[in-house]
Amino acid sequence: MINPSDHLFRREAGRMVSTLTRIFGVHNLALAEDVVQDAFCRALEVWKFHGVPENPSAWLMATAKNRALDVLRRERTARTFAPELGRLLESEWTVAPVVEELFGANVIKDDQLRMMFSCCNPRLAEEAQVALVLHILCGFSVSEIANAFVSSDAAIEKRISRAKKVLAGSKRLFDVAGADDFAQRLPAVQRALYLLFNEGYHGASPESAVRTELCQEAIRLTALLLEHPLAATPATHGLAALMCLHAARLPARLDASGNLSSLFDQDRSRWDSRLVAEGQRFLDLSATGSELTEYHVEAAIASVHAMAHRTEETDWGKIVSLYNTLMTIRPSPVVALNRAIAIAQHEGPERGLEEISTIANRDRLATYPFYHAALGEFEFRSGRHKIAREHFRQALVLARNSMERRFIEQRIGACQRAAL
Amino acid sequence: MSQFVYLYRGAERGHSPEKMQETMQKWMAWMKQLTEKGHIKDIGQPLEHTGKLVKGKQKTVTDGPFAETKDIVGGYTLIEARDLDQAVELSKGCPIFEVDGAVEVRPVMKMNM
Repeated sequence: MINPSDHLFRREAGRMVSTLTRIFGVHNLALAEDVVQDAFCRALEVWKFHGVPENPSAWLMATAKNRALDVLRRERTARTFAPELGRLLESEWTVAPVVEELFGANVIKDDQLRMMFSCCNPRLAEEAQVALVLHILCGFSVSEIANAFVSSDAAIEKRISRAKKVLAGSKRLFDVAGADDFAQRLPAVQRALYLLFNEGYHGASPESAVRTELCQEAIRLTALLLEHPLAATPATHGLAALMCLHAARLPARLDASGNLSSLFDQDRSRWDSRLVAEGQRFLDLSATGSELTEYHVEAAIASVHAMAHRTEETDWGKIVSLYNTLMTIRPSPVVALNRAIAIAQHEGPERGLEEISTIANRDRLATYPFYHAALGEFEFRSGRHKIAREHFRQALVLARNSMERRFIEQRIGACQRAAL
Repeated sequence: MSQFVYLYRGAERGHSPEKMQETMQKWMAWMKQLTEKGHIKDIGQPLEHTGKLVKGKQKTVTDGPFAETKDIVGGYTLIEARDLDQAVELSKGCPIFEVDGAVEVRPVMKMNM
């Protein structure tokens, strides 16, 4: 029996489609997806009678390989396949050994990397890149992605089919052997994985299972990057560090009664110490070279939090200075808000309010519930409970799911009790 | 006890990998349950959806025509049950219904009527 939490089919879907697309050519992406679907149908039919084979991944891969050979033999006169493979697929002499080689374990890893870089095509908007990575490499269906992004099936369907058209029209998959192109495309890939992780970590989906899965997928794909010598840069290590250090907190984000728990109130003994250690190790590895990326700084901030066993032990001065650095590398209203929150922790709520009032483009935060919640929190701590309540009420209107609503309702309750 | 054959009709396509894995796990759980209760005489086999049709005095061999996809028999299981009612009742746990499939329940003819 497969452990349902393994998501074996989903994970294998990404591996199979990457390899099949490498063989069939990126213009035949839809054909590759059909073959993957066939392999799963076969598995479903056969395994339910005969049980799960000893090595289900190998079984699926072998099935995909055999189907690929069928397709190549049947359609080689009607279709053109991967141009990179030239005539090797056309002759009965070479087709079987070539396909055999392309299904080798190491080649499959590169295929996923190739697909990842191809999905992060600069002609696609970042959100389309992320959706494509989730769909093709992580095996999520349109409605599963819509669920994770709290969007409609139709909107995601449109986004993915457009993105697939761009991908299929790109003639050939990204060449991961060309060092210059590789270095140029790498930041886009890192960014997509970062956004994928954030969607899981901060996203609006109310289901914690969905969110954990997105984080896990981002970590899995980043680990794949780290295995490639050209991709294992300090920035990628920084990215891996920040993912591990944040993911370590996931088990504590919900308290015993299933309510959202803020970083300040979390039971820190529930943080995953294994992930913290892993994150620290990546952070050390990221500290080479001269480039300082937002991933480095965000990981360093998460590391300061991870080092504090209790909220009161947090080195807020250090966190404020890291946010100062982050504001010079990648300034945004959300970063500025987080900086203001750190300042409030360090120097008191009045200072927090002062900092918030100086945020550039503050209007862009107007629909962000935690902006109003932060204002409410600082007013509350300054003893102005009625004003605080108004801010929390505003946050409540903007809350994106029931967990956020419950969290804010509790704060409103605290304001009302304090105002009595 | 009498014997019955379940013929599973309907092919499952177009679902997400996650959904298909779930479906498979439900099938395995259902078959395990029937086995534990002693209702499985022979778990049976899955059948390919293609093959040949040999027909008539001329023994003409064709690629079909087969039934429509939704009616193709995808496998069979030999069941033991008290009577047809019980065999039907037991079939209702089959996950095939979640994907609009069907189970055909057919009593095996007996020698000693």
